[in-house]
Amino acid sequence: MSDPRDFSPPGEFRSALQTGVGQRVPHESATRHVTGAAQYVDDRLEFPNQLHVYARLADRPHARILRIDTTPCYSVPGVAIVITSADVPGELDIGPVLPGDPLLAEGVVQYVGQPVLAVAADSLDAAREAAALAVIDYEDLEPLLDVEEALRRQQFVTPSHRQQRGDAEAALANAPHRLSGRLRCGGQEHFYLETQVCAVLPGEDGGMLVYSSTQNPTEIQKLVAGVLGVAMHKVEVDTRRMGGGFGGKETQAAGPACLCAVIARLTGRPTKMRLPRREDMLMTGKRHPFLYDYDVGFDGDGRLHGVRLELAADCGYSPDLSNAIVDRAMFHADNAYYLGDAHVTGHRCRTNRASNTAFRGFGGPQGMLIIEEIMERIARHLGLDPLAVRKRNYYGGDARNVTHYHQTVEHNLLAELTAELEASCEYAGRRSAIRAFNAASPVLKKGLALTPVKFGISFTSSFLNQAGALLHVYTDGSLHLNHGGTEMGQGLNTKVAQVVAEVFQVEIERIQISATNTAKVPNTSPTAASSGADLNGKAAQAAALTIRQRLVEFAARHWQVPEEAIEFAAGRVRIGEQDIGFAELAEAAHLGQVSLSATGYYRTPKIHYDREQARGRPFYYYAFGVACSEVLVDTLTGEYRLLRADILHDVGASLNPAIDIGQVEGGFVQGMGWLTCEELVWDAKGRLLTAGPSTYKIPTAGDVPADLRVKLVEHRRNPEDTVFHSKAVGEPPFMLAISVWCAIKDAVASVADYRQHADLDAPATPERVLWAVERMKKQNP
Amino acid sequence: MIQFLLNREPCRIERLDPNLTVLRWLRERRGRTGSKEGCASGDCGACTVVVGERLVDETGAERLRYRAINACIALLSSLHGKQLLTVEDLQQGDHLHSVQQAMVDCHGSQCGFCTPGFVMSLFALSKNAAGFDREEACAALSGNLCRCTGYRPILAAAEQALGQAQADSFAARETEILAQLAAIAAQDAPQLDDGAARCLLPRDLAELADLYAANPQARLLAGGTDLALEITQQHRRLPLLIQLGQVAELQTMRIEEATLDIGAAVPLTDCAPVLAADYPDFGALLARFAATQIRNQATLGGNLGNASPIGDGAPLLLALGASLLLRQGARQRLLPLEDFFLDYRVTALQPGEFIERILVPRPQPGHHFRAFKVTKRLDDDISAVCAAVHLHLDGGLVREARIAFGGMAAIPKRASQCEQALIGRPWAESAVERAASALEQDFSPLDDLRASRAYRLRVAQNLLRKTWLELSQPDLPTRVTDHV
Repeated sequence: MSDPRDFSPPGEFRSALQTGVGQRVPHESATRHVTGAAQYVDDRLEFPNQLHVYARLADRPHARILRIDTTPCYSVPGVAIVITSADVPGELDIGPVLPGDPLLAEGVVQYVGQPVLAVAADSLDAAREAAALAVIDYEDLEPLLDVEEALRRQQFVTPSHRQQRGDAEAALANAPHRLSGRLRCGGQEHFYLETQVCAVLPGEDGGMLVYSSTQNPTEIQKLVAGVLGVAMHKVEVDTRRMGGGFGGKETQAAGPACLCAVIARLTGRPTKMRLPRREDMLMTGKRHPFLYDYDVGFDGDGRLHGVRLELAADCGYSPDLSNAIVDRAMFHADNAYYLGDAHVTGHRCRTNRASNTAFRGFGGPQGMLIIEEIMERIARHLGLDPLAVRKRNYYGGDARNVTHYHQTVEHNLLAELTAELEASCEYAGRRSAIRAFNAASPVLKKGLALTPVKFGISFTSSFLNQAGALLHVYTDGSLHLNHGGTEMGQGLNTKVAQVVAEVFQVEIERIQISATNTAKVPNTSPTAASSGADLNGKAAQAAALTIRQRLVEFAARHWQVPEEAIEFAAGRVRIGEQDIGFAELAEAAHLGQVSLSATGYYRTPKIHYDREQARGRPFYYYAFGVACSEVLVDTLTGEYRLLRADILHDVGASLNPAIDIGQVEGGFVQGMGWLTCEELVWDAKGRLLTAGPSTYKIPTAGDVPADLRVKLVEHRRNPEDTVFHSKAVGEPPFMLAISVWCAIKDAVASVADYRQHADLDAPATPERVLWAVERMKKQNP
Repeated sequence: MIQFLLNREPCRIERLDPNLTVLRWLRERRGRTGSKEGCASGDCGACTVVVGERLVDETGAERLRYRAINACIALLSSLHGKQLLTVEDLQQGDHLHSVQQAMVDCHGSQCGFCTPGFVMSLFALSKNAAGFDREEACAALSGNLCRCTGYRPILAAAEQALGQAQADSFAARETEILAQLAAIAAQDAPQLDDGAARCLLPRDLAELADLYAANPQARLLAGGTDLALEITQQHRRLPLLIQLGQVAELQTMRIEEATLDIGAAVPLTDCAPVLAADYPDFGALLARFAATQIRNQATLGGNLGNASPIGDGAPLLLALGASLLLRQGARQRLLPLEDFFLDYRVTALQPGEFIERILVPRPQPGHHFRAFKVTKRLDDDISAVCAAVHLHLDGGLVREARIAFGGMAAIPKRASQCEQALIGRPWAESAVERAASALEQDFSPLDDLRASRAYRLRVAQNLLRKTWLELSQPDLPTRVTDHV
């Protein structure tokens, strides 16, 4: 196996590099974060004539708009303009892939929280006050507020789709054991700490400079150009950093940006829109809730023979990204397991709710949840430990390594990781100890579960798997880098800078990464699908290698040495017998008329997928992980606590172990929130009742166990040719939290001595847990 | 005019809307954008700032006490006579403060938006804690939400920063700051007025009583953690406020032989240890009552006067048989707490009347007190059910039972049928079961976003059963919160 860094020959200075690839480099903005100096869009200095935009949201789930009277709004001092759908100069629809998302409702409102009109005023207070004065007459239409009802009525935002291998019906019919059932999981609010925000500065010639907190600057550029009816080159989008994204700013940042742009165009004034938390939660989409129906056949050892899965997602009122999200749920309905003959069908149900959207895992977590439910159910049915059933169903050798979408599972680490974690977390010993504890403890019960994650890496829309970068070397040896990815806290800029630092063997202090900007790197893909470092790291590496090669060729010419005699090390360059600073070389190359600026480009190899046939290789590789969680459940109230979690996660050869650990821990806790305390509640009129942090509860520090043992897998670099053989890390750890949900189910099952599976929908709120306990007691008196 | 210090800079504010929050003042008027708005409701902590206050102890020694608060729901008038510190103030030249350095070293920030708030909570913790204790750190951070890190590295930063206590520039300047604050305290008749809205800051109890009697339409501003939500969430503008922060008499506590006598404006942070000493369950519950930033502002009197059906103070104090000393002008009256709550957010207070003190009976032999708070999230969440059980057991009989609940009715309320099912009976499982059944006559709770009616009722019954188990088998593990 070749050294992934083999372009950079090992030298004595190599180890001196402190901030190269594989080092625990702090986040590039860490010091600015802790001093309050890091600027977010809302922190930008305001222009004296800047307008603040506030949207009036629909207060009913489905209604025809009979009349809008905005004249009363103008009675409020400071109001500059009020706009409705009729005022949008260009395209009204801002749907990202498929149409269906009007910037402002036209004719009909389709969810509580849909923007109907927008007011711009000197202050947010004035804009809000004025927006409330507008008169909107509605005629109510029948709303569709339940995914089950939508499924029954075949109300879909896009057609249903199936992936299949073999004859599932026959396998089910012939299997020695068969179980069927239903499960529901809830959605999840992103709760990025920084709400959606955008500031727009109108320029000359119809141009717009857009400061947006977005994961997808190119799409903001495209949509802003669309609503204005101008070419994309008139619009420049700039994203320095987001205060959290998690998928919530992949498409949902477009509304505020487009409203600002339209108003900036109509008034000629700088414009800002920052959503108050409540409006953000009402207006923007969330993780899709799912309804699952399953039918599985298996043998006496618990091995699956056949599976029929129906996944129905609550997409809300429009397609947004739901087609790809439900596809990814289907791609992950196997998680780590060979399903046997399988039919996996995904339905995209339309309801009168905010349009559900990307959220870390992008459907993957919802897909995995159902197969983990099935593993638990089989185990209880057969009286086996769920871990034993899981291991028996893992993808294995030749006959058992092809997924239901016909991709071969290669380089599978799960057997190895499971064995390692099972030993290090003392699963067997703790299993016995927990049984003993439970036998002696009538009120509090402990539960334990070890669950795997196998997550496919690549955008399943294959064309998105490309990236660009732009690198300049200045004559003082400093470097300026741009790439197409956005920084939302995940440390992407730090990792990409480390990649470039590694190529030139300079410390990253020399490398300035400035805001992601559509004028610097065009036609970018969203920073999503965990792909940020994989794609942009490679693109930046390509740009760096281009310049490095020019420098090598120049130096060989200039100093009359062979290219092999040139070595970059520790901020210096050895050229034959002499040793000069990197800056000196840059200066000399410039005087020698060598271009010190280059673009880099990368596209992911090997992937292909034929959706018609539901067959191909959508994923370049898989990332793996295992987690074991132990919980304590109060059988009188349903309250619980995570006592300990052990995690072993695969990031290939880590670009930055500190940042990767941060992604693993953060993803795990966020996933735990989804499955436990985070509950979205709507009333019968389609109004979200949990529209703020007083009612929607994300985990706090106290929910994280003192005993949290997180390890990255060592010495397992990615066999594929990824950037320094690392693996993507943003999303996969999220699903390690399924172990927490399964551990709660384990504790509930202990009430009936593990003879019966605990029926427990997600999120497992104390209320759901208590009812699961009570059902268990009633059925096993 | 009100006066305070912004770090070392004296600020005198003459004309300003008293509805303006500290956060908006910082960001919009002072260009200090380090403190962030994440919710404007005191739930996320991204706006956390630290307030330094002059404190004189029993020996007459002066010191500065630093406390974290939520700037998003603190009104500017609450700063009068105090020092305000924001994240911009911590760094000294090129040197990060030790809590900032620890956050960098431990990779405690990712997106960075919540980070200034965490830094300020950690700074306050470093000023108040003697060394690192994980549980104490979690409590100090329970009002700070982070969506990126999963908190582990932030707790590691707390451990690093608190493990190596160092004197910082704030310690060095304490005398100077105390002198500046003392000078402000001598000033007369502070108020804030922009012509349309006014906030008055009476300096003693008599002045407060007169002002309120003369202006019964005014809103009393104690900690303001609920009142400010009318401004930041319901977008109301309150025309007349009376701020209680300068009334020293309302801030005192007296531990008497039979009674804990607590001034109505004592922050929850300060009354917690006193209540916990007598009633450990009261202390445990207060540790989960909102979050540190809120408890530093919110007052016990405010929690009662607010009369929320889901306020946690009331059921516990009802069960303990607390009473209120009310005042209207010069007139005082004593009212049992159970006569205070009349209907949903309606109390027995007359116009211009306010709660002056809260009187809590002290424990007696044979009395047992248990309190429970059931929520979706253990920390900083509002109770689905809050239960308090106070029993006097004597010779195997229940002599007296006071059992009260929050979240079960439109007001915090005693469960009289349930109590009757126990009083005079042997303390036995059968009696507990009858009492549990009686709860169905006492309450008809609501379905809402926190819990269903059925769950509330079942949990209420089960908490009674849990009380039985805890009293009859003291070694039995019964609470997930006891396991760390």
